[in-house]
Amino acid sequence: MTDLVASGITVKAPNAVLVRDASFSLKPGELVALLGPNGAGKTSLIRATLGLAELEEGEATLGGLPTADLSPMKRARMVSYLPQTRPLAWPNLVRDVVSLGRFSHGVALGRLNAADESAVSRALDACDLTDLAGRRTDTLSGGELARVHCARAFAAEAPLLIADEPVTALDPRHQIRIIDLVAQFVAAGGGALVVLHDVQLAARYASRLIFMKDGKIVVDGPLTDILTADRLLDVYGIRARVEGRRVDIEGAA
Amino acid sequence: MKNLPLIPILILASICALFAACFLGSTPLSLGQVFAAMAGGGDVGDRLVVWSIRLPRALAAFLVGAALGMSGASLQGLLRNPLAEPGVLGVSASTALAATFSLYYGLVAVSAWFLPISAIIGALAATAVISVSAIRVRSVVTLILIGVGLSSFAGAAMSLLMNLAPNPFYLSDMINWTLGSVANRSFEEIGCAAPFLTAGAAILFLTRRGLSALTLGEEAASGVGLDLRRQRILTVLGAGLLTGASVALAGAIGFVGIVAPHLVRPWVGHDPARSLIPAGLLGGLMLVLADIAVRLIPTTNELKLGVVAALIGAPAFAWIAMQRRGSHD
Repeated sequence: MTDLVASGITVKAPNAVLVRDASFSLKPGELVALLGPNGAGKTSLIRATLGLAELEEGEATLGGLPTADLSPMKRARMVSYLPQTRPLAWPNLVRDVVSLGRFSHGVALGRLNAADESAVSRALDACDLTDLAGRRTDTLSGGELARVHCARAFAAEAPLLIADEPVTALDPRHQIRIIDLVAQFVAAGGGALVVLHDVQLAARYASRLIFMKDGKIVVDGPLTDILTADRLLDVYGIRARVEGRRVDIEGAA
Repeated sequence: MKNLPLIPILILASICALFAACFLGSTPLSLGQVFAAMAGGGDVGDRLVVWSIRLPRALAAFLVGAALGMSGASLQGLLRNPLAEPGVLGVSASTALAATFSLYYGLVAVSAWFLPISAIIGALAATAVISVSAIRVRSVVTLILIGVGLSSFAGAAMSLLMNLAPNPFYLSDMINWTLGSVANRSFEEIGCAAPFLTAGAAILFLTRRGLSALTLGEEAASGVGLDLRRQRILTVLGAGLLTGASVALAGAIGFVGIVAPHLVRPWVGHDPARSLIPAGLLGGLMLVLADIAVRLIPTTNELKLGVVAALIGAPAFAWIAMQRRGSHD
C-alpha cells in the first residue's frame, strides 16, 4: 500500500531542465537500481519525488497521497531517505546518530522509549555496529560511517528506502557489505531504490533497473530484459560484455 | 563523564552564585543579615541593599547570561557551527544599535516598553539576515565574515549616533550601552524583559528536537521528517527574542553564547537539543560570577560586565576557532 509512484515529473533549475517527464514506481519487495552518468538527473528526480524539491510538472504519490502535501514526519515514516552528502555536524555517539532515524516516531535523544530503543538496537545489529554503538562518529572509518548512515535509515523501519549513492568512495568489500544490507532489507519485505555508479554491482543485486540520461528515463524494466551491451554504450559510452548478471567493462567507446 | 547530573549541579551552583551575589559587596552584610533581609525581615537598610540593589542586579546578570547561552546553543545547532553566537554574528551589535536608536530619539521616555521592543526588532532583523545568508552561503567562514560585516556596520552606525549626540549625557548613556552592564537594574526593568525572555526560551525549548535532527545535515534532516522551514523560523524567532531582551536589559555582552555551549557539549553527547538547558544555566552562572568579580575588583571606575566578558570570551573564541582547523571548511 505504500507504493511510491512518480508520474510525468519535470524539474527545472533557473536555466536548465534537470528532469523531463519521468515516471517510475517503487514497491515493497523490489530492489531497484537507478543508473546513469553524472548529471543525468538522478538526485533531482529523487528529491522531487520525495517532495523535497519543487515539481515543475507531474505528480508523485506515496501510498496514494501526493508527497508534496504529506507532512515531513508522515513521509519519513513511509520512506527512509539516505542523501548523497551526509555531513555530520557534531561528533555524536553512533547510537545517537542511529536514533535520529527514529525522529519521525518522535524520538528525543537521551529519552527513547522501549519501541524506539529496540528498533535502534535492531538497526545497529543488522549493520554490525553493536560494538561501535558507544563510539564517537568522528573516530570512525569511511566504511564504518557508511554503515552508521545505513543503520540510521533502517532504524526508521519504513517500508521503503531510497539511497543516493550509498557506496561511493567505499572499498569493494564495504560496497558489497552495504548492498548486502539493502538486499537484506528487501528480503525482509522492504522496497529499495538505490542510485549506483557501479554497473557490475547493480547487475548482481538489482531486480529492476532504471537508466537515466540527460534528465530523461531511458528505460525501466527487469534486469534481464534491459541490461545489454548496447544499452551501456548508449547510456555511459562504454564498451562492455554482458552475460545475464555478469558485466565486463572493456573500455570507453 | 556523561552520567553526571549536569542540570541539577548547574541549578545548585546558580542558586549558590545568586546568593553569593547578595552576600558580597561594598556594604558588608553578615550571612544572618542576608537571610533575614531575604525573608523580608531585618534592618530596612539591609533589605534595601539585598532587594533593590544586589538581587535584581544578580538576577539580571543570570537572565542575560542564560538568554545568551541558550540562543548561542540553538543558533549553533541550527547553523551546525560551534562559532555561531549572537555576538560573533553581529546580532548583539545590531540589537544594541536598535536600542540606542530608541534611546536617542527619546522613545524610551514615552514608554519603558519601547526599549525591549526596539531591541527585539533589531535582534530579529539581524538574526533573519544571518539565517538567510547561512542558507545561501553554506560556508562557515563566509557566515562569520558576514557577521563581522554586520557587526562593523552596526558599530559604524552607533558611532554616527554618538557623533551626533546632542550632549555628553546622551553620549555616556550610549557608551554604557555598548559596553554592557547590569549595574542599577531594577525589578521593573527585569519585568519588561521577562515576557520576551520567557517566550523566546519556550520557543527554543519546544523546538529543540529539530536541532538534533539537523546534526545529520539539512537534506537528511528533512529526510528523517524535520520541517526545515518551520525549524529555521522558530529558532530565529526564539534566539532573536532572547538576544533582544537580554540586550534591552544589559546592553551588548559578547561571547557568553559561544563559551557556555562549548563547555557543556561534551557532557550531553554533543547533542544541540540536550545542550540547550545546561548552556543556559552555565551562561547565567558565568555572568553572575563575572558580575560579582566586577563588583569586588577595586578599580576607580567599576568595570563593565560586557568588557570583562569580552576579555575572557574573545580568547576562548579564538581557541575554539583554532580547534576547528582541519575539519570541513
